[in-house]
Parts: sequence; C-alpha cells; structure tokens
Amino acid sequence: MSGSTPDAPLGFTRQQMADRIAARFEDGWIVNLGVGMPTLCSNVDIAPRRVIYHSENGVIGYGPIAPAGEEDLDLVNAGGQNVTLLAGAAMVHHADSFAIIRGGRIDVTVMGAYEVSAGGDFANWKIGRAKGGGIGGAMDLAACAKRVFLVMEHATRSGAPRLVGRCALPVTARKVVSLVATNLGVFAPVGEGFRIHELAPGVTREAAAAATGAKLLD
Amino acid sequence: MTEKLRPDLAAAVADIPDGATIAFAGFGMPGTPFNLIAALAEQGAKNLTLIANTTGGAQQPRMPDIGMLVERGRVRKVICAFTAATRASDVLPFTKYYEAGEVEAELVPQGTLAERLRAAGAGIPAFYTPTAVGTELAEGRERRFFNGREYLLEHALPVDYAFLRARRADASGNLQFHRSQRNFNPVMAMAARIAIAEIEEPILPPGAIDPDAVHTPGIFIHRLVQIPPPPLGLWPQKRQERVRP
Repeated sequence: MSGSTPDAPLGFTRQQMADRIAARFEDGWIVNLGVGMPTLCSNVDIAPRRVIYHSENGVIGYGPIAPAGEEDLDLVNAGGQNVTLLAGAAMVHHADSFAIIRGGRIDVTVMGAYEVSAGGDFANWKIGRAKGGGIGGAMDLAACAKRVFLVMEHATRSGAPRLVGRCALPVTARKVVSLVATNLGVFAPVGEGFRIHELAPGVTREAAAAATGAKLLD
Repeated sequence: MTEKLRPDLAAAVADIPDGATIAFAGFGMPGTPFNLIAALAEQGAKNLTLIANTTGGAQQPRMPDIGMLVERGRVRKVICAFTAATRASDVLPFTKYYEAGEVEAELVPQGTLAERLRAAGAGIPAFYTPTAVGTELAEGRERRFFNGREYLLEHALPVDYAFLRARRADASGNLQFHRSQRNFNPVMAMAARIAIAEIEEPILPPGAIDPDAVHTPGIFIHRLVQIPPPPLGLWPQKRQERVRP
C-alpha cells in the first residue's frame, strides 16, 4: 500500500514518513497510533520484531485494516476504520483503556501535529481562533506514554514552518516529543533546535533549514 | 424484581424530563445507542446536558448523534472529548450552534472523561491526573505535586441517565458487548442513576449468560429495550472512506 499523493511535495511520501517511525519500534513495544498518517505505521512489516497495537477505544492487539466485505462493523481503531484482530487480542472498556495509557504502559504514541517546538512541546487539538477543539485521547497519551513520536508535514500549505522555536497554537503537552518524521526528513527536538537524524532524498540541509522555524543541528 | 424490559424505544425514554443530564456511549459506530438517541429526539425533552465522546457528524453516513439534538434546540450544554473534528478542515454540524452561542461546551480529554464517569460510579468524588498539565485546560484548576510530578484535580461526573448499546443481554440486565462496542458503555452505566440499554440480539432469560462472561452486571442496568430489525431499527453502517484531495 502506498500513502503517496499525486501532488506529493519534495521528499518523503506519507508512507515513507510512517516507515521511518515504524523502523524505531522495538520488539515487544505497546504502540498507540493516532488518526491519519500514524495509522500508516501499521502497514509496515517490521519482522522479526513484533509490537502490540493499542487503540484508545479499548482494542488491544489489532492487525491490518479489514479486507472489503470482511469488516466487523463493531470493531474500529481510533480513526473509525474497521480493523482486524491478531491472535492474543483483548477488548477492554474506556476507563481500562486509559488506565493502560495513564499507567505508563504505552511504549510509544505516534501522532499527527500542527506544530512542534524545539523544546518538545506540540500542538494538535485546536487551530487558530476556533471555538471548539478535538482532543480525543491525545492529551492523555501525550502526557503518559513513554515516548511521543510525531509524523507531520514540515510546513503548512502556505509554507509557514510547523517545526518552530515555540508553539503559537494551544499545546497538547509540553516537553514530551522525542522524534518527528516529516516530508523533509527525521528530526529530534533537543531544546536549542532540531537535530537532523535523516534528510529525505533530494532535500538539502539548506532547504530543510529554510522550511524550519528553529535552528537545525547536525 | 423490577421488570427491566420495556416494550419499545419510546417507552424506554418516555419519562426523561427537561434539564436531565444524559451520557451517550459509543466510539465511532460501535456501541452507539442510535435508536435511543432517535427516540429522545422524538420525545422532545429540552434544556439537556449531554455527554459523549464527540458531538458527532464527522463520519458518513451520519447516524443519530448528540449534534442532532443540538440542531433541534434541545441542548443546553455538551461535555465531549471532541467539539471539533479531528481534521481541522472538517466542520462538525455542532460547530455552527456553538459559535453562535446557542449551546455551551466543556471539552474534556477522553481518558479524563472516562475516569470522571468511572469515579462517579465508584464513589470517588475527585481524582488527580497528569493529563492536560501545562495546557490551556489546566488554567484555573487545582494543581498538586505527587512524587515530583504535577497533576490536575478532576471531579467525578455523575449523570441522570445513560444510553447504552450492547450485543446481548439477559432479562436481569447483564450485558455482553461485541468487540469495540464496549468502549464507554460500562463506565456510563456505572455513572448513571438510570441506565437504559438497547439490545441487538433477542433478550435472553436470566441465567442464559454465564456469570463469568458478563461484561456489565445487571445491577447497573435499569431498562432494556430490543432493537427492531432494520429498516425500523438502526444498526452500524460501513463508513464511507473519504478520498484525499
């Protein structure tokens, strides 16, 4: 499966961004994938390593998206997609699902974001002056998972950086992000800036720096 | 023993008064009491406070959701984890009424919402959580440090009624859920003074569900109603996948 789009910008496709995140999953991790691009991580074959996917609605141990015609309409992931279960799966209710999260048993949560700061703050629940917001389970996951990885576009459609010195949008949590995969590369917020782990093919250091609202470090 | 089975959906919600606080289970399609929501819309109670994961309407086809009660002018306030869509480009049907000031909203992180309901059912008046520390939601809240980590005080959320949906029930009110249908159902049942469950399979005689296999015991359930077969009854639909622009 490919997450690429016809008008994909220079650099990684959506699936390649998810590939970079999934490559960091360690054997035995309990992994929570947010809605959107993060779900592409579950397409990645990381054998021989195995992880357990947890979904906030109480699904532990789900597998690939159900093939057309074989969906169980009572089984969805966080994004409402009909998924399948792997051997060893279990169902719990919402309070237990978030006890798993708050209790610190999620090894990594992978989320999308509007903005991430060099200090590891990130924003993904409210835009601009919108009156409402969409928090879902993001604040619980961000505050309590052992690691927070983000997969996101490097800049807005109008070219404004999403990797910034300080978040302008209301944050989801502070000082929690350890890795960010974007269409331009893979970066780690380290306080004084973003350390470059990898640049996407065709992306120069200068181009990445120009698209980033904070210092890039090698 | 009080008879829990109600003859139809209208009878199950007939006495709900204006001003009631009602929790609606469901996460996506599974476990959402579509039929009870539709029955409440018909019943006409107003000035309601409604609790659910989302105000609804982000996914297609649209099924009965609390946004539909907002659209009918029945709602004073919603308490949800989503008062806007996950995608910033989507606009929920609720948003128009919220921005016009016709309805209030309290935005609560999903795990905090679940735990506030659980606490209400468990006799716990309040608890501390690390969720939302350092965010806009923490403003004005009581903070406390335990073992060097900051936490926020959250209060239990008791409700008058809970609307639930389960795959299977016996006449004692013992419930069994199928797959991710479980979601908020058990904790909303616990938080409610009166829990009303719509049931998919024919309701069984007491004892037909093995006690070890009961997910929510009947002591939390006060009314049961059989969902009529389609097209009269409402059942989960396959979600229409959106094509990326």
